[in-house]
Amino acid sequence: MSEPTGRIVRGIEHGLVGCEACGLVLERPAHGSDCPRCGTPVHARRPESLARSWAFLVAAMILYVPANLLPVLHSTKLFESWSDTILSGVVALWEDGAYDLAIIVFTASIVVPLLKMGALALLLLEVQRGGRQLPRERALLYRILEYIGHWSMLDVFAVALLVTLVHFGALASVEPGSGIVAFGAVVVLTMLATMSFDPRLNWDTPRRRVTSLPAAPAVKPDTAKDPLSP
Amino acid sequence: MTTSTTKIRPDLAICEHCDSVHQRLPLERGEAADCHVCGATLYRRPMLDLDAMLALTVAALIVFVVANAAPLVTMESGGNTTRGWLLSLVATTWTSGVGAVSAILIGTVFLFPLAQILLYFYVLQACRLKQQASRFVDAMHWLRRLRPWSMVQVFLIGTLVSIIKMSHLASVKPEPGLWAFGVLTILLTALGTFELRELWALHEEAANT
Ligand SMILES: [Zn+2]
Ligand SMILES: [Zn+2]
Repeated sequence: MSEPTGRIVRGIEHGLVGCEACGLVLERPAHGSDCPRCGTPVHARRPESLARSWAFLVAAMILYVPANLLPVLHSTKLFESWSDTILSGVVALWEDGAYDLAIIVFTASIVVPLLKMGALALLLLEVQRGGRQLPRERALLYRILEYIGHWSMLDVFAVALLVTLVHFGALASVEPGSGIVAFGAVVVLTMLATMSFDPRLNWDTPRRRVTSLPAAPAVKPDTAKDPLSP
Repeated sequence: MTTSTTKIRPDLAICEHCDSVHQRLPLERGEAADCHVCGATLYRRPMLDLDAMLALTVAALIVFVVANAAPLVTMESGGNTTRGWLLSLVATTWTSGVGAVSAILIGTVFLFPLAQILLYFYVLQACRLKQQASRFVDAMHWLRRLRPWSMVQVFLIGTLVSIIKMSHLASVKPEPGLWAFGVLTILLTALGTFELRELWALHEEAANT
């Protein structure tokens, strides 16, 4: 790849649109037309992407409060009974000396959802104010968000198994609490918020910044591609 | 320049993450072309051919049946043995008042992965036999929509975490169903490496011959 690649050719500037569903590249598609290969409506940018993403994100943020305050488990053992929230479950694991588990659950259930919501809010705000900083880093952040989204469901599944096995015990019983429903909803809503965001918006900024990127610093030696010659 | 009719440009690829335009180049098996602007994968040529992928879907279906028929874990406590299957998790969460968790379980760990396997079989078979499958477009759209909601791998790790959590309370033993879920995770990950976009192109070729 000796060819200089400082010049970035963007589809929107050349009337080229990639179908979101099947990837087919269309030249100057008529407004409101469908992809000839898969029938999906063709958009240069997803319509109402920011509004949808914000709606799901705000709903997730609101539900994050009950997800952490409401108990996820009600336990009874002989004459004793208590309730656990996600955080108190982590603390209990830590006090029992199960540090590795405490860290896994803390990361998947508390850190990941918080980081996800924070990072997505950051991306949305940056796009809205027309920010042109670090598009490459923001693109990477979005791909990470997409990748880790469903891992927060881990605790929901763990609670389901716990409840099933201890449910019928003679001495002890465990019932799920409504916190786990709120938590599952937070995970689903953050996933929907991430999917609604159109990552191409990260790059829709005045061109001077984008075109001044250094020449292809991240090209892997084994990848085969060239930009369209202008 | 003045034409208003939509032209198809199979020679180009546009990055879905940053909208940069790339010349599509032929790849060797197992190679991927990355976007040099944002680093996302543009397209790739899968390591396995259609026959191998089809064999994977059949294997995944068999493993799926085993994973659901065999118990995941058994727990011994006070002379009682409790077994847990995926579907018994669905049932207990339903009856203990958290229907939403039950719905998430049956969707993300049972229905969506099963649908994925069957749809993969259908579209791969259509490409292999070079047939114009009538529901190909619908099947492909569903495969794309279902992909993020299929959570077998998360379920597997969640179950392992839960087993370790309980192991100091009672004697909890992993059972064949859990191993089957492990294998299913690997098979579904392998299937997931097959780019749906390549299948569109393959099917289009088949339809035009
Ligand atoms: Zn399309
Ligand atoms: Zn890109």
